[in-house]
Amino acid sequence: MMELLADRASLFALTGAALVALGFYGFIIQRAPIRRLIAFNVIGSGIFLLFGGASYVGGGVDPVPQALIITGIVVALALTAFAATLAVRLAESGGDDADDDGDDDEDRESDR
Amino acid sequence: MSPSVLIPVLLILAALIPALASAVLPGRAIWRNGVNIAFAVFKLGVVAFALAGVAAGTEYEWRVAFVPGLDMILRLDALALLFITLSAVLWLATTVYAIAYLSGTKHQARFFLFFNLCVVSVSGIAMSGSLITFFIFYELLTLATWPLVVHTGTAKAMAAGRTYLAYTLAGSAALLAGIVWLESGAGPVEFVAGADLSGFNTLDQSLIFVLLIGGLGAKAALIPLHAWLPAAMAAPAPVSALLHAVAVVKAGAFGVVRVIYDVYGIEAVAMLGLGIPLAILASVTIVYGSLQALRQSDIKKRLAYSTVSQISYIVLGASLAGPFAVIGGLVHLVHQGLMKITLFFGAGILAERAGISQVDQMDGIGRRMPITMTAFTIAALGMIGAPPVAGFVSKWYLAIGAYQSGASWVIAVLAASSLLNAAYFLPLIYRAWLKPSGGGLPSPEALAATRTWMLILPGAFTAAAALGAGLFAGFELSPLGWATLIAERTYLP
Amino acid sequence: MTLLFALVALPLVFMLASLAAGRRAPRLIWLCAPLMTGLSAWLAISVFEGGRGGPLGGWPVPLGIALEADGLSAALLLASAITAGITGLYALGAYGRTDRETTRSYTFWPLFYGLWAALNAVLVSRDLFNLYVAIELLSLTAVALAAFGSRRAAMRYLMIALAGSLAYLLGVVLIFASVGTLDITLIGERAGEARIPVLTGAALISAGLIAKTALFPLHGWLPPAHGAAPPAISALLSALVVKASFVILLRVWFEALPGLSDPAVTLLFGVMGAAAVLYGSVLALRQQGLKVLIAYSTVAQLGYLLLVFPLAGGGEAATPWAAGAWGAMGFHASAHMLAKAGLFLAAGLMIHAVGDGRIDRLEGLARAMPVTALAFALCAVSLMGLPPSGGFIAKYLMLIAALASGQWPYAAVILAGGLLAAAYLFRPLARMFAGAGTPELARAPHRLLALAPLALGLAAMALGLFSAVPYDLMVIGLPEAGQAGLEDADPGS
Repeated sequence: MMELLADRASLFALTGAALVALGFYGFIIQRAPIRRLIAFNVIGSGIFLLFGGASYVGGGVDPVPQALIITGIVVALALTAFAATLAVRLAESGGDDADDDGDDDEDRESDR
Repeated sequence: MSPSVLIPVLLILAALIPALASAVLPGRAIWRNGVNIAFAVFKLGVVAFALAGVAAGTEYEWRVAFVPGLDMILRLDALALLFITLSAVLWLATTVYAIAYLSGTKHQARFFLFFNLCVVSVSGIAMSGSLITFFIFYELLTLATWPLVVHTGTAKAMAAGRTYLAYTLAGSAALLAGIVWLESGAGPVEFVAGADLSGFNTLDQSLIFVLLIGGLGAKAALIPLHAWLPAAMAAPAPVSALLHAVAVVKAGAFGVVRVIYDVYGIEAVAMLGLGIPLAILASVTIVYGSLQALRQSDIKKRLAYSTVSQISYIVLGASLAGPFAVIGGLVHLVHQGLMKITLFFGAGILAERAGISQVDQMDGIGRRMPITMTAFTIAALGMIGAPPVAGFVSKWYLAIGAYQSGASWVIAVLAASSLLNAAYFLPLIYRAWLKPSGGGLPSPEALAATRTWMLILPGAFTAAAALGAGLFAGFELSPLGWATLIAERTYLP
Repeated sequence: MTLLFALVALPLVFMLASLAAGRRAPRLIWLCAPLMTGLSAWLAISVFEGGRGGPLGGWPVPLGIALEADGLSAALLLASAITAGITGLYALGAYGRTDRETTRSYTFWPLFYGLWAALNAVLVSRDLFNLYVAIELLSLTAVALAAFGSRRAAMRYLMIALAGSLAYLLGVVLIFASVGTLDITLIGERAGEARIPVLTGAALISAGLIAKTALFPLHGWLPPAHGAAPPAISALLSALVVKASFVILLRVWFEALPGLSDPAVTLLFGVMGAAAVLYGSVLALRQQGLKVLIAYSTVAQLGYLLLVFPLAGGGEAATPWAAGAWGAMGFHASAHMLAKAGLFLAAGLMIHAVGDGRIDRLEGLARAMPVTALAFALCAVSLMGLPPSGGFIAKYLMLIAALASGQWPYAAVILAGGLLAAAYLFRPLARMFAGAGTPELARAPHRLLALAPLALGLAAMALGLFSAVPYDLMVIGLPEAGQAGLEDADPGS
């Protein structure tokens, strides 16, 4: 066991897998959008850790996954920001219909 | 462009242009009517030119590739020309009739758009040189006739439209299944070469045949796929005339002829033992249709069941597969069209001008509307098979053909059918001419006020044509002469 | 390379420009639509003339990002440029004319261009991670657009999209860990070395993509999201967005992993596709709302695309269609793009006119809005797979492939799906033709708006009528597995 943990690639992989599992549990169990969003980020972190571990083969570090992870984090950030905004708007309008908002009443007819 | 390519394209364009013109010239009845009649006349001219060419042995062909290896082929052979001539002649008559019939009603632009699209489809069906080309126009016909069936928009018309679609689309699915099954093993099937059946065992060959005939039978109103035809009577009279005489049922019957002669070939059909079962089915349809017609008191419904019965003469002739039976079946394609369209023109006039839709309202109408009822009577006598009207010629050849093919029982079917035809047509004639007029008839003055020659003359013209086709059957360019030419080219290559 | 780069970058430039242009932003579509359509057409021509669409230049693969267009992506790029361009012009009519700078018209255009850029990026990328970024941008813009209709549906869509992204990303990591590359071609060369982890990764990727494509049984989010959005947005979502993730699915299985899968995989995809066709159609039949009906039809139509997995290679027996199922898939994807967008746009105009989205309320619209109704009918014909539309060519090729390879259950499903499509699409069509009166209608936002769905419907027809060239284009550079079948392909080729 210790040997396994001493190998850093395996350590990353195992931790990453644990995070994915944890996050997945949260994603399935939770109903509230914000909590699911957090679960999404936990899974995302786990996957990035796995990715990093995968690049750490044979001592050297492959730069490609590193670059990809950073890109992935940016994408996840953008998605999270958007999802959070949408969740807030949904909660504010208290229900379903986007047309409840005052700011776009002018062109209601255009989407009926 | 060489004439050999030009002719098929012109025949399609002659109907497509007025279709589009009708759509974009709404509200200008005079222009629209002018364009429609002008192009119908123009098409007749092209057909006459092509008749001369094909009689001399020329063949016109136009092909364009769909996906590679799959060509759309328009080809004018003698059989195609038989059908296309019929449709061109009757189209002109029906256009004139429809203009008068619909004048003053709404949505004529839409009517003539789809009416002309029907003619495009029929021309395409007639000229199809391959199974897939046939199928494309066959489906186009389904789509183009539906708006005509539901034209009035009443609940009855909508229900008729639903029934029509259910039968024809299910039929098309069966037809497509048969075509694809055949082509998945034999490659694209062209009518000139026929299908190469060597890749299939006999059971598969028979199953494909059943799928093809079943799919076509839905439009040809073969039993048990006939129920849509009487229901479709909800459509306006010109549409009924078109459905019954040229377009839908004829397309089905024409397809049956193509499948038997140009896809499978007579020998293959005979070897598979499929001709006689089909002949039996056609005979059952003939007798059943006549029996049902006898029970109808509504004139248009009686005529509809009569169509169910008469169309199967064509199928019968094709399935018996002897030279005389073939001639009889093919010539009936034309003769039935001429006679049935006359009857529907008459029925439409009776309903429109005299308010007559039931058989027992017809008492004494003959003297009030002599031209219409004379035409009606000639056509009805033709349907019964009385000489010298055209129907007699068809039945005569069918009977000889049946004897020749060793299926003498068919003669009994023909005799029974003629008796039944007489039983349901003679009362109409008797009531119209010999019974004193009842109280419900409009006065002669009222009739004179509604007299429109454009309504009356088309029926008179088609009746005369039906009479002429019988009287001058011996001429080379009569329907009979042409059908003989086709049979000669089939049997003596 | 420059051309491909331009196709991805130009919409991004327009996205920024539309933010900067403020109130003038809507009119940018007049510049963008012709420009993008022209560039896509240019690409299609250059791929066509280049024979095979090899890599169009660029950096060596492991370091640089390879952009590459094969025939399928060139065809889909062109179809999507036409669809997006016309939808954009429609949106200009619907949103562009508000005088005040509303949130809505201000946010629509950047999202619209962003979606277009992401879609093009998906079509030309050949690197799993690059595809990830592109599909994330696509999901982001798509969800934001869906939120214009119903935020609740958008939230549901977002959650599914997020879950799908994670599954996809995890699969990408697994594949990278096993073969050390993300380039699709290189994976194809190395995948044989680590079959099990690569297949696991592919399974995760597929699960994620299936959720994003709304393939049965992960389709539940689609109808509420597409049904509630404004028509132009529904058109974009239903026609374009769901195709992108399907294209990635194709790339993964046919190009990265040919020969690795076993019959269970093709069977699984085939069964899912068949179930989607039947289930989606039956649910569409039961809808009362017009837009939800069209949305369920998307669920059903996407099922046909999955049938390429079992059917690829089925054409080999019938030599003229060696790549039948592949071409069928390309035709179906393109035809569905055009027809579905047209259907949503036409539905939007009708619903706006009667002020109600129920099918019952469409009565008489064939008379009151003939152009819109005609557009609806043309698109519907293509979705039913009736000739002469692009949908028919797709159905025909698919049927041939199914029967030639002896997989007749799929043929039965395809035929049944066509009949069901006719059943659910003729419901609204029949309402439009029913009745006699002309209903009172609200004025359209712009009187030329009806031309947008009409153009799309005509394009779907043209795809069928002139199918030879698009077919030749779609099979350029087709993967070997697309020709020989997924299981029979040589691993590592």
